[in-house]
Amino acid sequence: MRINSKLALAASAALLVSAGAVAQSKGGPAEQTVKIAFIDPQSGLMGPVGSNILRSYQFIAEMANKEQWSKGVKFEIVAFDNKLSPQESLNALKLAIDQDIRYVVQGNGSSVALALVDAIAKNNERNPGKEVLFLNYAAVDPDLTNSKCSFWHFRFDANSDMKMEAMTSYIANQKDVKNVYLINQDYAFGHQVRRAAREYLARKRPDVKIVGDDLHPLARVTDFSPYVAKMKAASADTIITGNWGSDLSLLIKAAKDAGLDANFYTYYATTTGVPTAMGSSGVGRVHYVGYWNMNGNPYDKTALGEKIFLDFKKRFNEDYYTLATYNVLRTLAAAINKAKSQDPARVAFAMEGLKYESINGEVEMRAADHQFQQPLWITSWQKAGGKGVKFDSENTGYGWRTEELLPAYVAAQPTSCEMKRPAKAG
Amino acid sequence: MTVELALISLLNGISYGLLLFMLASGLTLIFSMMGVLNFAHASFYMLGAYFGYQLSQWIGFWPALVIAPFAVGTLGALVERWGLRRVHKWGHVPELLFTFGLSFIIVEIVQVIWGRPPVPNRLPAELEGPLFTIFSTNFPLSRAFIMMVAVLMLLGLWLVVTRTRIGLVIQAALSNPQQVEALGHNVPRVFMMVFGAGSALAALAGVIGGAVYVTEPAMASTAGAIIFVVIVVGGMGSLSGAFLASLLIGLIASFATVIDSTLLDGLSALGLSITPDTPLYSVWTLKLSQVAPVLPFLLLVLVLIVRPKGLLGTRED
Repeated sequence: MRINSKLALAASAALLVSAGAVAQSKGGPAEQTVKIAFIDPQSGLMGPVGSNILRSYQFIAEMANKEQWSKGVKFEIVAFDNKLSPQESLNALKLAIDQDIRYVVQGNGSSVALALVDAIAKNNERNPGKEVLFLNYAAVDPDLTNSKCSFWHFRFDANSDMKMEAMTSYIANQKDVKNVYLINQDYAFGHQVRRAAREYLARKRPDVKIVGDDLHPLARVTDFSPYVAKMKAASADTIITGNWGSDLSLLIKAAKDAGLDANFYTYYATTTGVPTAMGSSGVGRVHYVGYWNMNGNPYDKTALGEKIFLDFKKRFNEDYYTLATYNVLRTLAAAINKAKSQDPARVAFAMEGLKYESINGEVEMRAADHQFQQPLWITSWQKAGGKGVKFDSENTGYGWRTEELLPAYVAAQPTSCEMKRPAKAG
Repeated sequence: MTVELALISLLNGISYGLLLFMLASGLTLIFSMMGVLNFAHASFYMLGAYFGYQLSQWIGFWPALVIAPFAVGTLGALVERWGLRRVHKWGHVPELLFTFGLSFIIVEIVQVIWGRPPVPNRLPAELEGPLFTIFSTNFPLSRAFIMMVAVLMLLGLWLVVTRTRIGLVIQAALSNPQQVEALGHNVPRVFMMVFGAGSALAALAGVIGGAVYVTEPAMASTAGAIIFVVIVVGGMGSLSGAFLASLLIGLIASFATVIDSTLLDGLSALGLSITPDTPLYSVWTLKLSQVAPVLPFLLLVLVLIVRPKGLLGTRED
């Protein structure tokens, strides 16, 4: 009820603001509103993750507007619930385009991202002058910036292969990793994770055995205990998983219930519900690899990341964990400034090669494939308050300690993208 | 498969099967009494989960475990009295459509009150943790609790139906409603009570299932599909059939997930050689664990073809 009334408020606020913008634009050189469609799940098992990130975007947009990141531009997030379905996302995209929204952000599910990339490329080809730009903040299927790269798509998360490269390099030095069990969601991203894990482990730790390899339906499993029983039977000491949201929190809950004492190497153990599911049980054994950790971040000299985290927690009593929401809006604002225009076609060109100092270090939107270049963190779950763990997650008393920090140039990977660029408008 | 894996899968399967039975028993009870296939039954299960969650917040889990089924049961009785009974005179199809529509209304109401994402519904601390350990795997207390409640419920149900006066009236009303009415019993009231009791049983399953698994608006449609399979496989209206089918489906779900064999293995054992060039190669290499979610529905289709009246059904045509 709370969430729904908030959504309703946001929606009516959006309506008011857009009405205001129209009125003002008749009146003279007033503030321009750049509307951004947020197409992600706000219902179902992944609803809590989507809703947390929606609030993160709204929070950062408020900050951008107050600090005038782009002079005279007001960012407005318009939420569409895609129920995690590619089909629903295409309907949402159509609705957004009908409302004259020219920027789309999405991240939960590479299956959705792949559908959006196709639909947006077609739309832009058919409607010159009315292009739509896709800012992908978390869909990490490597294909999106390689074989299926598109000029209209920009990715702000590190892709799955980059993360797996970092994770396996770290695992290479962990002597307690002997029997690895892979469990992933049965869709584009999960398939990429298991492929990369097998390939890279064979290269870096040929002695490690893969004792199991499961794919399960995305966001539909409520009881992972059969899978955990299987892990036990295979005497797995290490689980590698790309699971996120409920698929990770319920997996860890089942592992805890059955008393499975294994290392977990994850991508998304920061997402809503996972820290709570772990509590004191995963100490020292659960790891994540990602593009930011608040505990142990030498790049954030002004402690801006901490301030965002604390203000967000004060307002919503939730963790702010998707730093990409900051990087997306910051990059967009900088590109609008550089292009001196809010037209997506011009902004897209301006975004290519854009470089700046962000909360998570020196970052760059690589022009060749539109893959954001940024450092990668490898962390472990530890008691908060001690050395290196200043902040806890989800009020559990435990948080993430940085184990290794890879600078952007180490985390970088080559690309096979052959970008087709449109003719630059005059 | 090791003994440890087999044992733990057996226990997981039984506890899931018993939860399914708690859900399906109410549905099958209502069907055998009134001939109504209640499409809103899983919605009462969901209401049980949400009522249980809300009441746990206010007065704690244990009182909620009793009050939530009672409240949902009352709601069910009211639905029968003021809704279903009015539609009854038009026949079974309007009744079915009525419950179908009701299920949509309940989902929408739940979403308006509690929102679309799952609610943080958890068991109380005294039900967390392991009960015993098999070799090295812990068996959680929560699962044992599901099993205990289900078995107690089954026992209670059996006692009421076969050993009490009201149970005798119910049984009689089932086969000879006119005669029972002529003897001075209020048959419509019996129906109302049965419908209420069936809803309460679903709600009881909901209070426990919602806390052990996940409480969210889609749980009704997920559960609805599977209990439909249970009552068809078990035989429409047969309580013991529903029990058998629930356990069967629970065990299939739990064992299929842990078995990685493919059709390819089976065919190679038969001496057939299958290579990536063989047509439908991707079908032959599907692991059993990957198709586990479909198996109950496959069973449904098989039973309908081979034995349409279900495992223990009595229908003759």
